[in-house]
Amino acid sequence: MATEAYEKLEEEQLTNKVPLKIKMRPFIILGPAFLLTVGILIPFAMAIYFSVTNYSFKYPDYVFVGLENWISMFTSADFWQSVGVTLTYAGVATLIETLLGIGIAILLNRENFLSRSLRIVLIFPLVIAPVIATIIWQLMTNNSVGIYSDWLRQLGITNFNWGADPSTALFTVLIIDAWVFTPFVTILVLAGLRSLPKAPFESAMIDGGSAWFTFKNLTLPMIMPMLIIAILFRLMLSLQMFDIIFALTRGGPGDTLMTLPLTAYTEAFTYKELGVSLPFMLILWVFVYFLSHFIVKYWTYTQNKASGK
Amino acid sequence: MKKKMIAILQNIALLLYAFYAIFPLVWLLILSFKHDSDMFNTTFIFTPTLENYRALFSDGEYIGYFLDNIIVSFGAIALSIVVGVPAAYALARFDFKGRDGIAFTFLSFRFAPEILVVLPLFLLYQELGLYDTYVGLIWVFQVLSLPLLIWILRGYFEDIPVEVENAARLDGYSWWQVFIKIVMPLIRPGLVASALLSLIFVWNNFTFSLLLAGQDVTTTTVAMLQYVASDTVHYGQMAGAVLIASLPIIILALSIQKHLVRGLSMGSVKG
Repeated sequence: MATEAYEKLEEEQLTNKVPLKIKMRPFIILGPAFLLTVGILIPFAMAIYFSVTNYSFKYPDYVFVGLENWISMFTSADFWQSVGVTLTYAGVATLIETLLGIGIAILLNRENFLSRSLRIVLIFPLVIAPVIATIIWQLMTNNSVGIYSDWLRQLGITNFNWGADPSTALFTVLIIDAWVFTPFVTILVLAGLRSLPKAPFESAMIDGGSAWFTFKNLTLPMIMPMLIIAILFRLMLSLQMFDIIFALTRGGPGDTLMTLPLTAYTEAFTYKELGVSLPFMLILWVFVYFLSHFIVKYWTYTQNKASGK
Repeated sequence: MKKKMIAILQNIALLLYAFYAIFPLVWLLILSFKHDSDMFNTTFIFTPTLENYRALFSDGEYIGYFLDNIIVSFGAIALSIVVGVPAAYALARFDFKGRDGIAFTFLSFRFAPEILVVLPLFLLYQELGLYDTYVGLIWVFQVLSLPLLIWILRGYFEDIPVEVENAARLDGYSWWQVFIKIVMPLIRPGLVASALLSLIFVWNNFTFSLLLAGQDVTTTTVAMLQYVASDTVHYGQMAGAVLIASLPIIILALSIQKHLVRGLSMGSVKG
């Protein structure tokens, strides 16, 4: 009797022979979430629409201008400068954070007092708002009260101006970005390291494999899925980083740190040209979308590989 | 011998990084107890004062920013839970056409550039009267919290064997009763963790609050930056303000440590 009822229940779930009311259930349940996000989809549609108009916050009227904004973007030197800065920032930040994150995770994975006690503490910067982190670093590097500037002065370096100097501005924002986000890579890699099976490492040790050999051939492939997720998130979010750069220099000095988000912001809110600013963000979005798609595909591949398929 | 040398070198490397990561926070704490007159010598020896904190809380301004932050953050998370939990359940449990497409659409919002969302919303919000309102900010914060919540909870729902639900159904519970009485308690740890984690992201957000709110609703991140930009900067007060704005988040993060990995990777890696 019970098994019969159970089978009926299973059949209800597996086959299509179910009443419409139950069939529609997932859509009804998803409804509210979808409505809410469709509300967020409207801006995307609006962004595409306004990118082919000359909409400006200065005038009440606007007209359709075709691809004018797009063409002028692609032919402007500012755009290519901006693309360069964006890719440099995201590439270098992700590279530093990945390498440093792996290194720190390996050091934290040892069983000694220092590693154990630092495992939690080192996460702190990650949960601090990037804007707040920037303010903290401004306090550290400020010319009058900053302790780091003071230390540099005592070392005889007096002309180091952090964010105010075009030659060190990128370095300064990267230090702040790495300060906040290296722990992100560390946490994920550390979790990967801690879930590794013991046996292959023991046999590698018996066979006398060097540390580097073990890392390259055993550890790395096995933590690869974790690592790729970490890189995916870092790359996607540093490509659109706005907070740190805005808080530190507003994109300056000059156009040193004018990444695509900063350029779009400046066009829209300083020059009031919404139509001109939108293509800068739309192109970034398209890039981010396809890049994330590609990385997720690669992730599936490494995951299969890591589990030996 | 060689092994010991390596261990020492490793410890030194770790300590160097720890200094980079932690010293700014330690120095911040010190600054917040310093008098304005002690500010310009960078020594560690000074007479501590509570003056900065007293000044911070003497007028309602700072507390006001804090309250605004609490209202929009908690509002956003509450809304996310109400619509996100059923959505995550549907994406985990039901096999229907377009499921993975819908799921990926939710995820892709996480990577939608914030400025791109903000630019048109800036127009739309002024049109709809949502600019500089709690409702407006709560709504836009769904971009951050909803995908996170749905993706993490989907993983937790998938971990519950469908047999558990079916057994309860056989015992005569209705579908809704099963959901409320059996399924929800099982995913509660995941729900708490993902809610707190999205709270961190919403709490720390800057772009949305900067561009979609102004005089009436000011969150702490925006307020802090305005404070820095203003002429009369009291560094001690600033340090205190920044510290207090970050403290709840650090405590939250400590309390969900165990779930942090799964949460930060949006459930794509089960930790």
